[in-house]
Amino acid sequence: MSDRGVGASIPRKEDDRFLMGTGEYTPDVQLSGMWHAAFNRAPIAHGRLLSVKAPSGAEGQVFSSADMADIKPIRSTASLPGFKPADFPVLAKDKMRYAGEQVAIAVAPTRAEAEDIADAIEVEYEELPAVVDMNEGREPSSALVHDHWADNVCCETEFANGDLDAARAAATHTVHRRFRMARQTPFPMEGRGTLAHYDSRLDELVVWMSHQLPHPMQRGIAHFLDLEINRVRVICPDVGGGFGLKTHLDGETMAVCWASLKLGRPIKWVQDRLEHLICDADCRNHQYAMTAYTDEAGKILGMEVECVVDAGAYSPWPWPIGVEAATGVGNLQGPYTVEAMKGRSVTVCTNKPPSQPFRGVARPGACFTDELTMDAIARIVGREPWEVRLDNLVPPDAMPYDTVTRKHLDSGDYPEAFRRCVAAIDPGAVRERQKTPEPDGRLMGVGFACFYEQTAYGTGPFGYSAWGIELVPGMEMATVKLTPDGGLWASVGIQCHGQGLETTLAQVATSELGLDPDRIAIRHGDTATAYAGTGTYASRSIVVAGGAIAQGCRELKPRLARIGAHLLQCDEADVAVENAEVRGPGASVSFAEIAEAFYHHPENLPDETDRGGLTVTTGYNDKVHGGVFGFGAHGAVVAVDPETGQVEILDYAIVDDCGTRVNPLVVKGQVIGGYAQGIGNALYEESDYDENGQPLSVTLADYHVPAAPMVPDVKYDYMESPSPYSTMGIKGVGESGAIGPVGAIGNAVNDALKGLGVEIAETPITPRRVFDAIERGRAR
Amino acid sequence: MKPASFEYARAESLDDAIGLLSGAGGDARPLAGGQSLGPMLNLRIARPTLLVDLSPIAELREVSEDEDGITIGSSVVHSAVEDGEVPDVTAGLMRRAASGIAYRAVRNRGTIGGSLAHADPAGDWAPVMMALGASLGVMGPEGGRSVEADAFITDPLTTVLEPGEIVEAIRVPRLSDAARWGHHKLCVKPGDFAESLAVVVRDPDRNRCRVALAGATHAPILLDDVAGLVADADGWSDALADEIKNAAGSGIAAAGFADTGDRYAMNVHATVTVRAAREALSR
Repeated sequence: MSDRGVGASIPRKEDDRFLMGTGEYTPDVQLSGMWHAAFNRAPIAHGRLLSVKAPSGAEGQVFSSADMADIKPIRSTASLPGFKPADFPVLAKDKMRYAGEQVAIAVAPTRAEAEDIADAIEVEYEELPAVVDMNEGREPSSALVHDHWADNVCCETEFANGDLDAARAAATHTVHRRFRMARQTPFPMEGRGTLAHYDSRLDELVVWMSHQLPHPMQRGIAHFLDLEINRVRVICPDVGGGFGLKTHLDGETMAVCWASLKLGRPIKWVQDRLEHLICDADCRNHQYAMTAYTDEAGKILGMEVECVVDAGAYSPWPWPIGVEAATGVGNLQGPYTVEAMKGRSVTVCTNKPPSQPFRGVARPGACFTDELTMDAIARIVGREPWEVRLDNLVPPDAMPYDTVTRKHLDSGDYPEAFRRCVAAIDPGAVRERQKTPEPDGRLMGVGFACFYEQTAYGTGPFGYSAWGIELVPGMEMATVKLTPDGGLWASVGIQCHGQGLETTLAQVATSELGLDPDRIAIRHGDTATAYAGTGTYASRSIVVAGGAIAQGCRELKPRLARIGAHLLQCDEADVAVENAEVRGPGASVSFAEIAEAFYHHPENLPDETDRGGLTVTTGYNDKVHGGVFGFGAHGAVVAVDPETGQVEILDYAIVDDCGTRVNPLVVKGQVIGGYAQGIGNALYEESDYDENGQPLSVTLADYHVPAAPMVPDVKYDYMESPSPYSTMGIKGVGESGAIGPVGAIGNAVNDALKGLGVEIAETPITPRRVFDAIERGRAR
Repeated sequence: MKPASFEYARAESLDDAIGLLSGAGGDARPLAGGQSLGPMLNLRIARPTLLVDLSPIAELREVSEDEDGITIGSSVVHSAVEDGEVPDVTAGLMRRAASGIAYRAVRNRGTIGGSLAHADPAGDWAPVMMALGASLGVMGPEGGRSVEADAFITDPLTTVLEPGEIVEAIRVPRLSDAARWGHHKLCVKPGDFAESLAVVVRDPDRNRCRVALAGATHAPILLDDVAGLVADADGWSDALADEIKNAAGSGIAAAGFADTGDRYAMNVHATVTVRAAREALSR
């Protein structure tokens, strides 16, 4: 039996090509006759588009929306209350709604020439007042982003559960807080990229994309170009990170596809970092108004929350406006036993790039809000935050536990994970150190955050299907086949962009069949090789694609057993399929021998060989449709420099539980990677705009992503609480690490500042924000 | 992020470079390490018609030391200073400054003269050279001249260089054995341009004390009142820190270096100045 199956810390099969620089990303693909595209982009945040004129000599190389009557605008739908649909034109049409919106596409033999042409395009426009701030956008006097709407509010949801009046009446303390999360952008190392090419032999548009969702993109491109699905193939080759950014259909890709068909030549567009930072999707821009009702010890009895999200100008497809805000409200109670809640979400359109789910979706915002509120409660009731947290966490004997927001938490000992995190941080030592001033004048603080991570959510009923959106995950499909030399080939509809799924999915099959992972090829990211799928997002792929592959292996086993028994000349009931062979009472035959018989020596097969052959296409669904829940506790010790406002992380601990760990190395990598992005969220990353909606953070000199020196070592520990609802008890882990840092670091900073009587309530916690808070404290 | 079209010429000598730059009019730019100009070309912020590559000119990489100091060719890269390949006459100040510039890859290509001539207001070398009392040797179509470092940068990205002029070398005076310095750089992330950068050089044997401040949207400045306090100081004290902080604030306001209504910026610059002074006086 291979010891390299589920649970083994083996290095990734992908490592060779990634570490040696031999991966193949979309920009690496070269085709004969290929031209490059560049875009002319809106110079203003809001204005009427009057005319677009190609520079002389470049006619036939420049296209605007006027040229694309045969392309449908991208339209996202939802059944969320008050949802207002608005078309997202492939290229700006009639109006420009955010600075950097693509106005025209220019194509040329090289990118530099295409940029020259794009630069020289003459665009006439009439500037309009820009809607920049989400709160001002709600005022009746505000300009309208979409003229056919009565106002800029594009979605409002309400939610109530439990007896909030009783909670209010019973409460000793009422704690009000307001929080704001800055706008930022998901930041993969590789930006977007699209290469479209019409294959005349197959009468098929082949689209290479740096993307997470091959099949939904095939469907979207076909739909909006009015092509049959059979005429579109989407290949997502190696993809240098996604984090949610690459889960919608962008106008640039549609324009590239259109231009490629129009010109009959391959067209490639590779997004550069400037384009990414000016105008690709943003995220995280939420504000929360929280009221918590607690007893005298800080136990939360009820909550009232409002979440307002700045959605930017358009609904991306297939994730419409509104999902973000609904997710924020839908997780605000965190991993706590809150029994009454009233929530409201408001989504506002502004003249900024569309907002898009990013690693953690709205949960970092919810975590920031509920965790900083928890510490505020602790200060009010005069107890330590870790004691108050322990009183509020869902206890293990309550599992499975239905939260007030109808999340079905499946398993785990949340208090024990938190206790381990507290022990790793040792807040008592910090309290001791706080008694004497630091020699360098800095202020010490300690903070914690607890959260759950809803992974691999399925069809509904409280998620995708209830939102009435275009993408509803259901049965996840996989194909597995025994190869003629006794290896395994498996194809899945997910896409791996650095998560190690080529290794971990193989490990799942290894555990089923005993074949070494090196004998198992995982194929993903290509609509021509995978039967179906919705792609990789929401920490789902190892759970759902892993489940489908395991199911495929299980369905393959009886077919192997029949042939094996025949070759062994024994009864089928007397054989076992394991360790890459079929073992009978006295002897065994290897998978290679079985494959040899099936593919090359049918004369050796039994009469009753399964007509399905040695390949199975089958599906997987969790036993529940609301996902399986990971859990984490984060703790931080920080030093705040009151003179400069700078925050340094001195110590950090994570205890994470993602159920069965398929590959502990990969799990740890996911958690640490998320932690790094969480630090960016907490301390550094901000997409800033001026009062006219001009982006201010357009290069890496202004948009600060954490680099290695800003990501301190972490004390990492884990627990393993298998889910009762998934294959092998696996839960997802892709987003977990990114959720907690904003809460733990925020609380640690506030602990450091508590002597001044001020609290930080806004991310990122920049030196300027810390300094301003300290000034406010000193002015009191 | 591809540059607009430009012509490219390799200069074989200093005269050749000056001839090429002068001949092309104001749209020609010299190219040294390209660590600042490269990104500006790619962002199309800079659109020269001609780039004159100075890298073949060996004499711009020459270093000569004498009793009074050192003359460093303008094409010497930051890493050569960081690694001590360039003799250090500044008791370690230049090595410290060099090692804090961006990342090693940038330091391997970026040049000391290029950095000064580029005149980014948050550039690392200008305040160091101003505090050291260095001067720049400039060569142009009309011949050579010397410019004091504190008179070289007039505005952000603007220097006293005339069209066709090139920084040939930097002359750094030798500090005396009694000299002490402080260098404090505050930035959002390691390797970033400074949000604030103060350099203090106190050389009582030569009767010199200078304090330079950079990192705003204003050209770097000298803080003479702070220098006076540091020169007269006898050790470090909290009272002196307060005096320096106040004097720095007044100097910053008088020079229009930062917006006096921006309390954070005013505080950061004053605090960084205090920290550099403390280092100089605590050594």
